[in-house]
Formats: sequence, C-alpha cells, structure tokens
Amino acid sequence: MKHLRSISELGADGLSRILKLTESMAEINTRAVPKVPALRGKTVVSLFFEDSTRTRLSFETAAKRLSAETMNFSVSTSSVNKGESLRDTIETITDMGVDAFVVRHKSVGVPWQISQWTNASIVNAGDGAHQHPTQALVDCFTVREALGRQDLSGLNLTIVGDIKHSRVARSNIQAFSALGANITLVAPPTLLPLNIEHWPVKVSNDLDAALASTDVLYMLRLQSERMAQGLVPSLHEYSTRYGLDEKRIAALQASAVVMHPGPMNRGVEMLIDPSDIPNSLIHRQVTNGVSVRMAVLFDLLSAEEM
Amino acid sequence: MSSAPQSAVAVMSGPDVTRAISRIAHEIVERNHGVENVVLVGLQRGGTWIADALGERISSIEPNFAVPVGSLDPTMYRDDIGLRPVVAGSASHIPCDITGATVVLIDDVLYTGRTVRAALEGLNNFGRPRAVQLAVLVDRGHRELPIRPDYVGKNMPTQTTDEVDVSAEGVVVTSVTGVSS
Amino acid sequence: MTIVIKGGSVVGVSGVEKADVLVDNDIIVKVGKNLTGDIALDATGCHIFPGFVDLHAHLREPGREDTETIETASRAGAKGGYTALIAMPNTNPAHDSVTVIEFVREQGRKAGLLDVFPSGCITMGRQGEALAPLAELSAAGVRIFTDDGSGVQDPVLMGRAMQYAKSLGITMAQHCEVSALTQGAVMNECGCSSDMGVPGWPAIAEEMMVQRDIEMSRLTGASVHFLHLSTARSVDLVRDAKAEGLNVTAEVTPHHLSLTQELLTTFDPVYKVNPPLRSMKDIQALKVGLLDGTIDAVATDHAPHARRDKELTLDQAPPGMIGLETALGVVLSAVDLDPVQIAAVMSRNPAGIAQITEQHGHNIGVGDIAHLCVVDLDAQWQVDPSKMASKSRNTPFVGRQLRGMVRSTMYRGQITVQDGVAQK
Repeated sequence: MKHLRSISELGADGLSRILKLTESMAEINTRAVPKVPALRGKTVVSLFFEDSTRTRLSFETAAKRLSAETMNFSVSTSSVNKGESLRDTIETITDMGVDAFVVRHKSVGVPWQISQWTNASIVNAGDGAHQHPTQALVDCFTVREALGRQDLSGLNLTIVGDIKHSRVARSNIQAFSALGANITLVAPPTLLPLNIEHWPVKVSNDLDAALASTDVLYMLRLQSERMAQGLVPSLHEYSTRYGLDEKRIAALQASAVVMHPGPMNRGVEMLIDPSDIPNSLIHRQVTNGVSVRMAVLFDLLSAEEM
Repeated sequence: MSSAPQSAVAVMSGPDVTRAISRIAHEIVERNHGVENVVLVGLQRGGTWIADALGERISSIEPNFAVPVGSLDPTMYRDDIGLRPVVAGSASHIPCDITGATVVLIDDVLYTGRTVRAALEGLNNFGRPRAVQLAVLVDRGHRELPIRPDYVGKNMPTQTTDEVDVSAEGVVVTSVTGVSS
Repeated sequence: MTIVIKGGSVVGVSGVEKADVLVDNDIIVKVGKNLTGDIALDATGCHIFPGFVDLHAHLREPGREDTETIETASRAGAKGGYTALIAMPNTNPAHDSVTVIEFVREQGRKAGLLDVFPSGCITMGRQGEALAPLAELSAAGVRIFTDDGSGVQDPVLMGRAMQYAKSLGITMAQHCEVSALTQGAVMNECGCSSDMGVPGWPAIAEEMMVQRDIEMSRLTGASVHFLHLSTARSVDLVRDAKAEGLNVTAEVTPHHLSLTQELLTTFDPVYKVNPPLRSMKDIQALKVGLLDGTIDAVATDHAPHARRDKELTLDQAPPGMIGLETALGVVLSAVDLDPVQIAAVMSRNPAGIAQITEQHGHNIGVGDIAHLCVVDLDAQWQVDPSKMASKSRNTPFVGRQLRGMVRSTMYRGQITVQDGVAQK
C-alpha cells in the first residue's frame, strides 16, 4: 500500500512524479467542468483530529474532482474519549470500506501508527510539528510555476519564524533541498530546534542580513501561545525583529517572491497587508492546493492493483 | 519481458511511415473538404509526434490555414485504474475551443480501442465537437469495443502476445517465436 | 522431601564450581559431587545462581490490576529467575502508609512465588510536598524509599529525607528527573527528536539531579541509590562519587543497555520509557559502568501497560516496558559478563542494596535458604509474548533472539519454574 506521510518517505523521485502530475491536474482545473472519472468508485475519508477548514476542503474538493466518494470525520478533542485508542477509531471507520485516509492530528506519528490497523492509503495532512507533505508539494509547485523553471539549484530559500514547532518548515526543508535549493532558517534562538547540525540548512538569528540574497522569503506563523510559554519575551520584540514590514519588503531583490502557508497572524509576523506585497505567491499557494492534492490522491490510488 | 525466444520484424520502414503520414494528411483534407474547422489532437504519448507531423504536412497542402494541434492525456479517463498500475502523461493542451469543430484524434497504434474510448470521454470535458474522426498509423486488430478508425496507415493483424513499436524510423513487430501468425 | 539439583555449575562469590546442590525443605543442606535426593532437577550444562533480586518492579496492585497483579508479576519474576522483587510505590493508593505496605507484602505471600518487598514513598502520595512517615514505614520493615515514577524536585525536602535516612539506616532511591526540563517529552533530546518535532528529555534533566543527590549524600552521609541510570555523564558522576568513598549505588535497566533512541522514529509507543532510550554513546558508557562496578546492579523497571494505553498517540501513551522475563537474556545479549559477574549484578549486589542479604544473594552455601535459579547461559531463544506470564505484553523485544535462558527457579526450596514453565 502506498502512503504520503513525509517528504523523506516520498523521496526525490516521488516528489518529481507528483509535481509533474500536478501540472496535469492544474490543466484539468482550468476547464469549465474540472472533473475527471479517474477515481470513480474509490472512497476517501477525511479524519481531522485537529480542525482546519481550509485544508480539509482542499482535500475534499480534490477527491470530488477525481470523482471519488468522500466522507468526513471531524474528531474534535472533546468528542473523542480521552483514552479511546486510535485503533478503535480507525477500525470502526475502516469497516465501511475506505481506500484512503487523509489524517490531521496534533500528535506526531499518527499516520504511521494508523497504517498498522488499515489497508487504506494514508495521506498525512499534518502530524504535530513533524510533517505536512502536501503543503511542501504545493510550495514547490508554486515556486516552479512562478519562476518558470523546474530546476531549483542555487535558489536561496529563507524560512522565517517558529521553526521548532513547524511541520511546514520540516517538510519544506526536505522538499526544497531535494530540488537543489539553498535553505536558510531565520528565527530567535529559542524557536530553533536543538541538534540540527545534520539538517541541510544554514541558520541565522538576523533576518535583515538574509534579505538581500533571498529569492524566496517564506514566512511562518507565530502562535501567540509561544509568548505564554516564554519562548519569546514579547510578541512586540518578535515582530520588530522577525516580522515582515514595508522596510523589509523593500530590502528584497525585485525578483524575490514572498510566501506564507496561512493562516496569517496580522501584527505578529505580517506587519503589512498581504495584498500590498509585490511578488506575493500566497494566493497561488492556495489555488495550487487542490491541484496538488488531486495529484497526490491519484498517485496513491492508481498506483496499485487493488 | 518474456524469456521465450523473440523475433523482431520491421513491418514498415522510416520512408514507409513518412509516406503513410503524407497519405493520411491528404485524406483528412479531402474528407473534410479543406481544414477550416479541423483540430488535430494527438493522444499521449504515442500519438503526439504523429499529430505534429500531420499538422506540418497539412499546412504544406493547405498553406492558408494553420490547423491547430493539441495533445490529450487519456489517463484520467481510463477504465482500468486500480486494475493495474497506471502512469499519467503530461498535462493535456487543447489550443482552442473544440465545440462545433471536427476533431481528428490521432494515435500510433489502435488495439483494443479502450484508449480511444477514454480519449472520447476526455474530449467531452473540453466541449462538444461537431464530429470526431480517428487517425492511426497502425491497426493491429483485437478490438474489444465498437471503435473503428477513419484513417489507417497500415492494417496489421497481430497476436496478442506481440509487441508493436512505432516511431518515425519505422514500425517493428516483436513476436514470441514458435507461435504462428 | 529432598530435591537435588544435579549436573550444574554452582556460581559462588569468587568462582564457579561443578557441583550438585541438595535441598531439604527450604534449606541448602549439601553442596558437592554425586549427591542424591528424592527428586532430581536436571541442571546439566547449566549454571546455578543465587535467586535473582530485582530492585525495581512495578506490580500495579493496588490500583491497576487490569495490567498486572502481584501474583502475575511474581510469576513473571519467577520465570525470569527472580526470587525477590522490590515493589515500586506508585500504586493507587501509594506506598505511603503501613496499611498499603502490609497489603502488598501479604499479597506477595499469598502468591507464594517469590518474596515481594514493598518500597516506601519518600513523600506523601509521591506529590513531592511533605515527607511520608519514613520512621513508621521503616519500623514496618521497609528499607528502600523512592517516589519512583517521579524524582523529588525540592532539594530542601530531599535533604530532610536524607537526614532521616542516615539515622534510620534506610536508603533513598532516586528517579533522577528535573521535571521542569522534561515537560511533554516523548524521547531523548537528540537529532531524531528535532527531526520528529517532538519535545525531548535532555540528558541534563537526569544528570542535574544525580549531581544534586551526590552532594546531598556527601552532606548528610545518607545512603543514596540511583534508579535506572541512562546517560554517560550520570555514570561518570557516580564513578567519581564512589572514588571519593561516598555512600552511593546505582542500577541500570536491560533496555538501556540495548536499545537506542532511533527506535522512536518508528513512532511505536512500545519504545517510550522514562528515562528515555538514549544514544549509542550512552549505551557504551553504561556497559563500561556495569563492567567496572560503577553500576552495581541490573534492575528491570518492569512497567506493565494495557494494550490500549500503548495504542494511544506517542505523546499520550504512558512510558514503560515489561522486563522481568527478558532481563537476563537481554543483558547477556548486550554485555559480555562472566557467571560471577552475572551473579553479582543480578543477585548479590541488589540483595545488598535492598538489605535482604540474610536470605537472598547468598553464596549458595550450606544453611542458606534455597533461593536459586538454573540458567543455560548459551541457550538462544526468541521472545514470544503469547508465552509470557505477565498480564501485559508491552515488551520491545518481541521476536528478538536473546542469549541466556532461565530453565528453572527455586523459591524457598520449592520449584516455581521448571523447564521454562511456571509450576503454580
């Protein structure tokens, strides 16, 4: 059974294959009727233990455009018995006949644990701070589309923000480095993970120093809880040193692009209205989400003899 | 790949292929009384180079009209997804509105007919053609659906165990030896 | 009725000798060649050890009898060659009153498979706020005190406990963990934990408390025992402390001698344990420490958990692994110990630390209580959970090939395990 659980598990070949498939899906999405019968008869179940309307809808739209059946379980923490094991939840649903689970959970490792209890393909829509592979695929596709080229060797990607708690950062580091980009992480020291000498990245605490050479500026959201946890002294200090404002936009090269996985924390990492950012790819990231997810679902469910 | 002994026969040479394409180009122009409302659509992956070649040939026959040439990936419409591993082609590209036009679908080999059926369903997503015609370089028989070509380069009865390889350099049929045609 | 253990090699304090052992009732009456008795227990090709003593087992009764009872844990212990267990106090209710102590002891007696010695809590309810009635518990026979499951965070409180310890002649056993540094931790703080995006348990959280309690022991003269050491620096700290003649001892678990942090990248909660699995470097240091005597004993930290609890997410699943039945096999597969060393770390040293040497960890001499186990040191065997006596199955060694198998166990002259099968 094939899964999409992490970028490293997908591998460089898988990455290229899905990005290519996304082109086909993007074309389909330009048609008056953006629908193909490819996954007719297949059932895709969304299992979101952590709420996210946007990602969930993106996956559902993707499944429907491939003519798959969809089912939706939004399992908020209050309705699941604390102590109801993951296994019970999965086995109940699997009995209904599932070809793929799209899973988001605040705990790391859930997509791997679940694989023991079902034959369905597992798509990781985010597991704790670990991985969010479809977001990375969206981001890679969006950059290639914007720059008009597939080879990203020598591209300078700068990721700014709460790297320590970011699954988007972890997936993007794996994906963009597989495509040849140079990656710099910028964050205050308390928001950088320890023991990352083996990561294919440069690390800095100084955003302004990194701007001039940046080709792709990727802003991460800072959750306000991080201040309560004492990880940053104040949101004000954070936004002064790491927020994106007009001055920092002006310091970027004219050819540089700006990205954000959403949702944005205005006044924290975003001190400028996104619509005022020239070369912002944020809308393309959202639009490309459905095409990428269609490619992922097709790749997983068409690859095997069932 | 079978480990049984195989024999390869060149059934058409490169020049034969060029001549067949030339003949088909003339037939398309003749049948449609010119190419004013014709769109060529090559099926990925084997038919796209033939569609390009036909487009060039037609533009030398009818220099006043540039016939639009597009490509269609029928993968998303196949009826065997999930029955066997399926590999998608590239993004489809239909360069104009096909509603009311005569679409000539082009492929290298016509076999069971299932690829063409998938392509017909795919075309529906782009519009409603006035008519759809089918041009193939090789018809190798063994139809499983009621599909018939309008333009054929060569009729070539084959065994189901044969492999048919088509390129601008010629057509080669590889058979498992000991099996009579 | 007499039992003769025939054809084996007796492991004494200073050496190994081929000899038979004759047991009458519950006493060893003769050790020599060609002995006979009413019943013969074949020990050909095997070594005869003093019954193993586990300083650290969670028996779960009272409170979580669904995962283990004193009886099932005793049976598991017997299969592992144990004739004595120190029961950890994090039951519900905890071991902070004489009533609970006597209950646990009595349940052990009823099961009749090995001696169960309850440890006592250091603080009431293990809450770390007020001292438990150490003198009362000590008068009831408790010799080892610990809040295991947690460490005592408050140095003032710990200092007072140590003052008591010194005067009562009891031992404070510490689960070294500065809890402020390990909030939400799932595994060792390392490259893997950063790759996985999970909070890590840094080595200093253990080392800081080891250091603290060494100093406190220096100050008070109290006897301190370090539970489940897991880092290289912890070993160094204890080595230096012993070199200075301080009154400290230490134990290590079989899993910390053999399993690394990388196993957590499987996301399987069976590998989640407290303290966590660490690096190869830490494992090497622990092995060296066991061999050079810095670490006195192997202790299992047997921690049964219900299957559904280990099927929770990695962060929610409780930490802990069972280990009574696999202890010897795992240790011998990890470390090259000779029989005398095995007897020291599995039986004699822990008996000394637990202060139960009148009956346990003896020299297998005439007049000693017949607590023995017969072990085939070369036998290769595979871990099969379906054959385990423990009520729980959370072992990380499923399907692993281990070296060294307990064939039979004798408790007070009674055969509790024969040919690997529990007799009662």
